This record gives sequence, structure tokens and C-alpha cells, in this order.
Amino acid sequence: MIQFSEVGKRYQGGNEALAGVSFSIARGEMVFLTGPSGAGKSTLLKLLALIERPSRGQIIVNGQNLGGIRRRQIPYYRRKVGVIFQDHKLLPERTVFDNVALPLTIAGVFHREISKRVGAALELVGLLHKEHALPVTLSTGEQQRVGIARAVISRPPILIADEPTGNLDPDLSYEVMQLFRRLNQVGITVLVASHDHNLIRRLGQRYLSLRGGRMVAPELQGDAHAEHA
Amino acid sequence: MPSTRDDGVHGAHLSRHTPGQRLNAYFLHHRQMLLAGLQRLRQHPLASFMTVAVIGIALALPAGTLVLVKNAKNVSDNWKGAARISLFLKPGLSDALVQQLAASVREHAGVGSVQVITANQSLADFQQRSGFGDALNLLGSNPLPAVLVIQPTDDYAMPAAAQQLGQTLGELPQVDQVRMDIQWLERLQAMLEILRRAVVIIALLLALAVVFIVGNTIRLEIENRRTEIEVSKLMGATDRFIRRPFLYHGAWYGLAGGVLAWFLVVIALLLMAGPVSHLASLYGNQFSLRGLGFDGSLELLMSGIVLGWLGSWLAVARHLRAIEPA
Repeated sequence: MIQFSEVGKRYQGGNEALAGVSFSIARGEMVFLTGPSGAGKSTLLKLLALIERPSRGQIIVNGQNLGGIRRRQIPYYRRKVGVIFQDHKLLPERTVFDNVALPLTIAGVFHREISKRVGAALELVGLLHKEHALPVTLSTGEQQRVGIARAVISRPPILIADEPTGNLDPDLSYEVMQLFRRLNQVGITVLVASHDHNLIRRLGQRYLSLRGGRMVAPELQGDAHAEHA
Repeated sequence: MPSTRDDGVHGAHLSRHTPGQRLNAYFLHHRQMLLAGLQRLRQHPLASFMTVAVIGIALALPAGTLVLVKNAKNVSDNWKGAARISLFLKPGLSDALVQQLAASVREHAGVGSVQVITANQSLADFQQRSGFGDALNLLGSNPLPAVLVIQPTDDYAMPAAAQQLGQTLGELPQVDQVRMDIQWLERLQAMLEILRRAVVIIALLLALAVVFIVGNTIRLEIENRRTEIEVSKLMGATDRFIRRPFLYHGAWYGLAGGVLAWFLVVIALLLMAGPVSHLASLYGNQFSLRGLGFDGSLELLMSGIVLGWLGSWLAVARHLRAIEPA
């Protein structure tokens, strides 16, 4: 589903964020991306969301070579990748409903369908009763769950999350990760960047480890992987 | 958007809508953005009003002046009373010859009526009016010529035609000099043409100003909505989708400015109507100011909308591309 071959990224100014990274993630897999800050996790996710372009190497997502996607086509690619941010990036002056509906509005989905699907997505994250609230009135954990509802509303085959639990306490973090697992179980390929080793160990999923722009540890299979499969 | 290849593929994945439903959603979004643009205008009433006021004044100035120039041109085009031609005859012609000439001139095409003022009549008039009667008596002979005052027919009353007629009649051997009342009218028209040109040039400059004002306002609006633009782009919004609300916003500014300009022109004309009809009555004329009319009003509003749209397009083209998620 996601395949990196010798991908390097050097930013203007010479800072090399990724130095030849190769890995692949199968369809329907859930994988963590770990490593200290500055290891290149964010850059790797930005390459996947086509926010940045690699300096070298090749990225193939869902059978599509990202190098071949021109600027005008980027929006249509992005609609197939759900993105979740650490700071959730909700629009403060819009209600929870409107925030979650945004990807559907953008994709030009018929409005009756929109309200049906927003309802379903909010139910999934347990926030149906908050649909008319403004994001500021929600707790951090709730805001993050709204962000997740928004990321999955257009039923993307791939979900990527950048430190989704960075601002959450351990219990809330675990809840959010369980949510990702549920999404993974319905067939979405999930890639979560996180430096929370305890949490990753507790979940027992496969993880990739970045350090200084390179893959370091051999890819370890978590003990609990069998249980998930 | 719906025409793009990728969208079609993805659309199938996203939902099971018929093309009609997708088109509906497309128009719905346009309608929403149309209303959202208006909403944004109302969110900051004072700031919006100031922008609208500047646009309104910038549009009202040339529109109002053009209306006045058109009115003046209208008056001068139809100023028939002024198209009189005076033929000053060579001195020493007998009254009989003068009457004979008047009769033949009366037959000339374009001549409506001919009034004969003989040399003696001229002298009597002059003596009476000038108060130099005694001095004139000293001259012994009458220095004044006979005059034929010609009123052209309606067909020949317009400046150009009257000029033509005066020239033809001036070639008669008995005529010493032609004096046309029309000349001042021609000068007036020439001045009006200069004024009209000047107004058009000023209008173009002010139109440019409107474009820049709207452009700058929209630029600030884009800056304010930076996060929204970034997030929308991350969610797969096309440039067109992001552009749309700003373009409508600009068009609303233009329309509001146009409406304000319309009111300003109407009020200004109302204020001028009294003095103008007084002036007209002094000339014994039944004249009243003509307003913008339906066409003029429509043109004013349309130019407002178009300029607003252009202005926001300018801002959007320059600034939207620069905002990319990072």
C-alpha cells in the first residue's frame, strides 16, 4: 500500500531530514513510526501527504507513484489520504459538524449524504451529541477525536497521523489508539507517528524506527500482532 | 472540478451519486459561497462599509459626471432656437433688391423663414438702443448694411447642417458676411467632447483604483483565513474551490459599491434638478435632467460587480498559491 525506496529529503539550507529510507506497508496494516524529535517522522508523513516532495527516491502509494502527480492533481490524491495532526487543526469558528463535513464539502458530496455521514463519523468517535458545539468548548481529547472523524469521513484507504496523542494523558492516548485500531480493523491502512514507546509496546503493533533520517532498528513485529490479525 | 479525470475516479470511490446529484452539489456550493461572501461582508460591518463607501464614491464620480455630460450634450444637440443665420448684405443695395434677394433665399432648401432688416431699420434700431443717435446723424450716410435673418427648417437646425446652409448662402454675391449663432454651440459641443473624454479617462483610473481597493481588502481576508485555506488544501480542496468564496466576496463588494454609487448619483441629480429647471426656464426651455435610466443603472451595477470580481481575482491569483500547508 505504501512503499518507500531509498527516499531522501534535503531541505533548502542543507538540512537532510531523510537519508535513504526504504520500507513498505501492506494493505490493511497498522504501523507505528517512532524516533526522537528531529528524526524525520514529520518529514516522512509530509512526503506521504504531498506537502513536501522527496529530493530523491521513489514513493508509491496505492499503486500510484507520487513523483508522477502534478500540482493540479494533488487535491485529488489528498482526498484518498486521511491526515490527523497533533494540534488537530480544527477551524475554530466552525461547529464540530462543519469541521467534520469539510472533506465532503470539498469533494462535492450531496448535502443530504453529508449529514448522514457526519452523523456516522461522530458516532464512531462518540461525539454525536457535540455536533453543534464549537471546537474551543471541547476538551483536548475530544478535539482530537473530531480531527479523527474529519480524517475518516471521506473513507480514505489510508490514514496517517502525526503525534496524535502528543497532547493527551496516557488514558486518553490509549483510547485514541484503540480508535485507530478499530479503523484499521475495517480495512484502513494506518500509519501513526509517535514517540510514546510505552504506548506502542502496550499496543503491540509493528513499528518503524527512525533516527537521524535513517531506519535503525530491524522492523520488529509486536507480540500482540497475532491477536490483531 | 467535476470535469477532472481524477475526480471522476475518486468520485466513484467516494460516493454513489448520479452526475445530476454531483452537479447539484456543485451548484449548492456556489450558492453557499455566494451567501458566505455576503456573510463575510456583514461580519465586519464598519470595515466593509468603509471599503464599500470608497468603491461607491469612486464609481459615483465618473457615473454622475457622465450623466451630466450626456444631459448637456442632449441639450446642445436639440438647441434649435440657436441655429439662426444672419446674412449681412453688401452696403448700397436698394430696398427692392434686398426684398428680391430675400424672396429667392426663402425658396432655398432648408430655409424656414427669412426676416428682412433694411439698412434704415438697422439704423433706427441702433439709434434707439445705443443712445448714439446724435452722433450718427453727423455721418450723413447710413453705415449699416441690410440684414437677412434666416431661421432654418427643423431638418437644418442641427449645428452641422446649419453650418452647411450658412456656407452656401454666404456664397451669394450680394452677401458680405455670414454670422452664425450656431458657432458658440459648436464650441460648447467641442468642449463637452473634451469633458467627456476627460471623464472617461478619469473613470478608467478610478476603475483601476476600485480593482486595487478590492484586491487589497481580499488580500487581508486571505491572510485572515490562512489556517482555513491550509486545512482545506490538506483535505484535498482544489484551487478553484478555495478561490470561489473570495471571488464572490469581491463581487459583493463591487455590487454594494455600485448600489451606493447609484444612490449617490440619484441624490446628486435630485439636488441639481431645481436649479437646472430654473436655468432652463430662463431660456424659455422645458428641460429637466435625465437620470441614469435603466441601462445606465444596470451598467453601473455590472461594472461594480466586474471590478470587484477582478480585484479579488488579482489578490487571489497572487496570494492563494503562496499559502501551502507546511
